[in-house]
Amino acid sequence: MPLLAQFVNLLAAFLLLLAFAMLSQRRVLTLIKLFAWQGAALALSTGIVAWSTGQTHLYYSALLTVLLKVILIPWVLHRLIDRLFVRWDIETLINIPATMLIGIGLVIFAFALATPISQMASALTRSTLGIAMASILLSFLMMIVRRKAVPQVIGFLAMENGLFFAATSATYGMPLVVELGVALDVLVGTFIFGIFFFHIREQFDSLDIRHMEKLKED
Amino acid sequence: MEIALVLGVPLLGGVLLALVGHKRWAPELNALMSLITLVAAAALTRRVITDGPMTALQEQFFVDPFNVFLVALTAFVGFTTALFSRPYMRIEEYHGRLNAARLRLYHSMYQLFSFTMVLCLLSNNVGILWVALEGATLSTVLLVSLYRTPASLEAAWKYFILCSVGIAQALFGVILLYFAAEKVLGPGGTSLLWTHLYEVRDQLEPTVLSLAFVFLLVGFGTKVGLVPLHNWLPDAHAEGPTPVSAVLSGLLLNVALYAVVRSKVLVDGALGRNFSGGLMMGFGLLSVVVAAFFLSRQRDIKRMFAYSSVEHMGIMTFAFGMGGPVAAFAGLLHMTVHSLTKSAIFFTVGHASQQTGTQNMADIRGLIEQSPTIGWGLVIGSLAILGMPPFGVFTSEFMVLTTAMHEHPWATPFLLVALGVAFAAIFGKVQPMAFGETNARRLPHPPALIPVFVHLAIVLTLGLYIPPYLVGWYRQAAALIG
Repeated sequence: MPLLAQFVNLLAAFLLLLAFAMLSQRRVLTLIKLFAWQGAALALSTGIVAWSTGQTHLYYSALLTVLLKVILIPWVLHRLIDRLFVRWDIETLINIPATMLIGIGLVIFAFALATPISQMASALTRSTLGIAMASILLSFLMMIVRRKAVPQVIGFLAMENGLFFAATSATYGMPLVVELGVALDVLVGTFIFGIFFFHIREQFDSLDIRHMEKLKED
Repeated sequence: MEIALVLGVPLLGGVLLALVGHKRWAPELNALMSLITLVAAAALTRRVITDGPMTALQEQFFVDPFNVFLVALTAFVGFTTALFSRPYMRIEEYHGRLNAARLRLYHSMYQLFSFTMVLCLLSNNVGILWVALEGATLSTVLLVSLYRTPASLEAAWKYFILCSVGIAQALFGVILLYFAAEKVLGPGGTSLLWTHLYEVRDQLEPTVLSLAFVFLLVGFGTKVGLVPLHNWLPDAHAEGPTPVSAVLSGLLLNVALYAVVRSKVLVDGALGRNFSGGLMMGFGLLSVVVAAFFLSRQRDIKRMFAYSSVEHMGIMTFAFGMGGPVAAFAGLLHMTVHSLTKSAIFFTVGHASQQTGTQNMADIRGLIEQSPTIGWGLVIGSLAILGMPPFGVFTSEFMVLTTAMHEHPWATPFLLVALGVAFAAIFGKVQPMAFGETNARRLPHPPALIPVFVHLAIVLTLGLYIPPYLVGWYRQAAALIG
């Protein structure tokens, strides 16, 4: 099924592109939209892998991704942003062109790391493991360079997307019980993040992480 | 049956206390739930010791001497900490730092945290272990920020972000592990079960497994508090309520290390060389040395003992990294005595800072004069944790050092210097806090200090004489991982 394999590859490329778009995005609302798109691409590619390999449990996984990462979490984040009035501002530690250059370096590193392993992967998804690893590293980078709490959380959730993509692309998905557990953790985590935002704002009148750099070694 | 009880009671307790955790008698219910868990864990231990390893519920859970020993320890420290937290949290409420709603959150999360700990230990599925360990972070993060002060929120945020990112690395490691295992065991539920993985470990692809181990070590190592991934640990310990500091140090770090050790055994079998051991020794040694030098710079008493936890986790990681029956035995013994001693110290530290109204060591003076039990508890606990004979910490550290001298002589000077520096730092600070003119006040509720002396008595006994059945038990566990 070379056509399906190509389609999965296309979605993988789309995922990587979205990871870069998130890295360069300055507006929080657009960032949430990009995150939802990433979830959609992930769900679609999971669905295709499920269809072409006949792994029925992957359908559940795809459904879970749609419910959780395309609908529920973006909606929760949206509500939070509305309630907290933090629409426009994303500040970065490093300027965006420099971040993009570091990102390209990370992608090359990820591909170098993944090459020996993807030789052993199944034919359908051989080249996607490198992309999965690259998008994990890019999300990591996003968490490091962002100053505000909300983008950091989106970076974390995008990392989870990359991990799920790695799981489907390398192995046709983890056992269902594990995926359910991970999804539960992500969901609970998002709610706790939400609670946190309110506590942080109550205390500091801002969601800027810079206020939270008091606990340091002298 | 016993497994269901050990897992079910804390889960039930979490739900129950979420409903009634604000009542006057909630602390007693919390302690009672922990006591039932402890009894169930004791029954489970007895069964495993007599009947040998077993699995349950379609092999989703398994018990062998290694994890049952940690289950027993976890249930025991969970129970004694619940006893300690009864008066402690009441005093905090009296001082106006907490209200009923937060106490309900605290009690419910305390039980859920115990549940995630035993789930982590008993799960046969690597994926579920991961889920439970992340669940442990989720259940404690709101406890670290329980006081809602700026510093505690910062600590909790740091804890949450760093541990979640760290554990995400571990999930990638689990995926790689599954990728390798699925080639041998086929897709489906069984390829992530420890018992099945161990059977085929010499057939697993070595390159994938070595990469997987790096991710697993970094991920779980963040939770163990290994340097340079330890940044969350001192903040979380210092800013949360003291019972939470005690269970973080006494239980969570151990369980995370358990996950690392399980992965190591698996990867060693696949690689046939000591790749993982070398990495663990490196991380362990770095943690010991860095933490020891940070100790002397601390002003906050809970922060100082948190760094001491980093140091001791480093010693254990180093011991397990060396491998072999003696080092593994020493590592297990050190796990036991560290978790008992450190939680005992936190119990006394908690009441000491309630008496003086501060965690700043320069402002805590003359504890023995106001309350001899708290003062002497702190002094004896500190001496024990610093590795003074005849306490059990001395025994395990001595075994680690002698094995290191035999097998890796280059490492011994680092260890010895670090232990010396740690001694000078901690003892120099504890001594003026315990003796001299007092500035401590009386507590509005009598503190529960029996757990402190029970813990220290066990540690002392383990230093003087380890009962033969315990030796046999440790040996069996050490044989599994050595």
